[in-house]
Amino acid sequence: MAKNDKDKSQLVAAEPSTGTGVVAPTEFSDPGLPPHRPRVTDLDPKVAKRAERIVYSLFYFSIAASVFAVFAYMYFPIEENDVHSVRMNTLFIGLGIAFSLLAIGIAAVHWGKQLMSDKEGIDHRHPVHGTDETRARAVEIFQEANEESGFSRRTLIRNGLIGALIAFPLPAIALFRGLAPMDQDPNNELKHTMWKKGSRLTRDPSGLPIKASDVTIGSAFQVIPEGLVDLPEHEMLDAKAKAAVLLVRLNPEDLNWTSKQRESWAYEGIVAYSKICTHVGCPVALYEQQTHHLLCPCHQSQFDVSNECAVIFGPAARPLPQLPIAVDKEGYLIATSDFTEPVGPSFWERAN
Amino acid sequence: MFNKKNSSPAQRRGRRSALASAALIALGLLITGGAYATVSATTANANADLSSPAVITEGQKLFAANCATCHGQQAQGTENGPSLIGVGSAAVDFQVGTGRMPMQMQGPQALAKPVQFTDAQVQALAAYVASLAPGPSIPSATQLKDGNVANGGELFRINCAMCHNVAGAGGALTEGKFAPELKGVTAAHVYEAMLTGPQNMPVFNDLNLTPSDKKDIIAYLNYLEQNPSAGGLELSSLGPVSEGLFLWIFGLGAIVALTVWITAKSN
Repeated sequence: MAKNDKDKSQLVAAEPSTGTGVVAPTEFSDPGLPPHRPRVTDLDPKVAKRAERIVYSLFYFSIAASVFAVFAYMYFPIEENDVHSVRMNTLFIGLGIAFSLLAIGIAAVHWGKQLMSDKEGIDHRHPVHGTDETRARAVEIFQEANEESGFSRRTLIRNGLIGALIAFPLPAIALFRGLAPMDQDPNNELKHTMWKKGSRLTRDPSGLPIKASDVTIGSAFQVIPEGLVDLPEHEMLDAKAKAAVLLVRLNPEDLNWTSKQRESWAYEGIVAYSKICTHVGCPVALYEQQTHHLLCPCHQSQFDVSNECAVIFGPAARPLPQLPIAVDKEGYLIATSDFTEPVGPSFWERAN
Repeated sequence: MFNKKNSSPAQRRGRRSALASAALIALGLLITGGAYATVSATTANANADLSSPAVITEGQKLFAANCATCHGQQAQGTENGPSLIGVGSAAVDFQVGTGRMPMQMQGPQALAKPVQFTDAQVQALAAYVASLAPGPSIPSATQLKDGNVANGGELFRINCAMCHNVAGAGGALTEGKFAPELKGVTAAHVYEAMLTGPQNMPVFNDLNLTPSDKKDIIAYLNYLEQNPSAGGLELSSLGPVSEGLFLWIFGLGAIVALTVWITAKSN
C-alpha cells in the first residue's frame, strides 16, 4: 500500500511536465450499458408464437431435407457410363445436405435473436494465477523432482533423452524420399528427356513419324519422341511431360539465329521447341502462325519463334529449349541429340 | 373416296371452314419449302460448278470490284493484303463465307460479321481464286459426316484445345488477337479453317490431321453442341474467370448477407 501511495504522489508531482504526452486532461467516464429496449417478441405474445413456429418448422424442415438426401442417394444412383446420372446424384444429395445444415443454422440464429433473453450483462474477470503459497510450492516441486531424478546432475542420461527425442521423428522425414524415383537420381531425371540422337519425331497421339515434306509453312505439329506410345501408361506420362515438343515451319527468311550452330538445329525453316514453359512448366502451344508468337496460357509468357523462342513478355526467365533436328535417309525428321539444356522451370541444381 | 364423303353435310361444311384454307396454305408452303430445300441443297453441293468458265468470269468481276484493292488485280497481293494465288477455294469459302472478308478495317485480326455476299457469289469468288493456282478445295458433304467422337475429342484436346478451349468456347491470344468460339460454326467452315489456317491459326494439312481425323474433330464439336454439360451451369465454359466471378459475387454476397442478418439487432 505504501508503495502505491508513493507512486501516486510521484505521478502527481510529474504532472506539470508531461510535455508532449497526449493523455486527455479529463478522463472518460464509463457510459455503462444502453437501456434495454424490449423486442416485438417480448411485447406481443402472438409475434413470439409466430417466431417459435418458424424456428421449430425450420428444424423439422432440416429433418425432412436430411431424409430427402438419403432418398436422393437411393433414387438417383450413379450409373456407369452415364455422366448425367452423376449430375442428378450430386445435385439432389447436395441440395438435401445443404438445406438440412442451413436450416439448423438459420433456426438457431432466429431462435437466439427473437426468443432467447437479450438482456446484456457484465461478467467481471478475475485473476487466474494461484496464491503466492501455491506458486512457491510449484517451484519447490520442480526442484525436488530435479534433485530426486538427478536430471541436471546425471548429464549423460539427460543428453541421451534429448537426443532420443530428436532422433525419433527423423524416419518420418526420411520416408519422404520415397516420393522421388527410387532407382534414379532426380537431378539427372530433370536434366534429360527421352530424346536421343536419331529418334524420330512422331505425332501425338498416334506415334506416326513425320516427314519433312509433311510440314508445310504455317503448320504446327504436336510431337512426341518415337517409342513413347509403347511405354506403360505411367512411364509414358512421365516421359511425355518432359519430352513434348511443338514443331512448326516458317519461311526460313523469317528465322533469326545467333550462331551457325543454332541455325543447324533447324531444317529448312522447320524448328522444334520444347512445349514445357520455362516459368512453371505449363504446356506452351498457343502458336500464332503469322506473328510467330507462342503464348503460354497460364501466365501469359510470350516467346518469339523467329528469334530462338526469346521471351518477349511475361514471367518466363529463359527461352524455350530448342530440339536439334535433321532428316534421315527416308525423309523423316529425327532429333540429332537430346535437348542441350534441361527443359521446363528452374530447379535447385540447375546451372543457370 | 373424296366424292363419296362429300355427300355428308359435315364434310361440306368442313371444306369451307377456315381450317381448310389454313391446311391448303400449309400444304403449299411445305411443297415450296421442300422444292427450295432440294434446289438449295443442289447448289450447295455444286462444287462441279467451280470449274465452269461462266462462274469463274463472274467471280473475277466480283473480285475486281470487292477484293482487288487490297489483294491486287491479279490476286498477287499488295502492301495491304496477302497474295491469294494458291490459297484455294477452301480459304475463300471460309474467309468470305463467315464474313471475315471483305475486311471492315485493319486490326489485330479480321472479325466474323454478317456475310456480305450471297452463297452463289461466294462460290463464284472461290471458283475464280481456285482457277489461279491449285489449292485446298471446299470439302464435300461426305467429308463432314459420321466421324468418331472419341478420337475427335482426343485430337481436339491435343491440337485445338489450347487456343479454342476444351469446350470450344474460344480464348485470348497475344496483342488483342483471340481464338473464336466454335459453337454455331458450320462443319464446312471448321474443316476449311483446319485445312487453310486462316489468319494466325496454324495450318493442319491432310498429312498432319488426315481427312478422317478432321471428320472426327467435327463430330466431337457437334457432340459438344448437342450435349449439355454434365456439370450443370456452364457459365460459358470459360473456366476459372467466369466461375471465380460467379463465386465472388454470389457466394461471397450470400455470406455477407447472412453475416449482416446474424449481427443485426432484432426489433
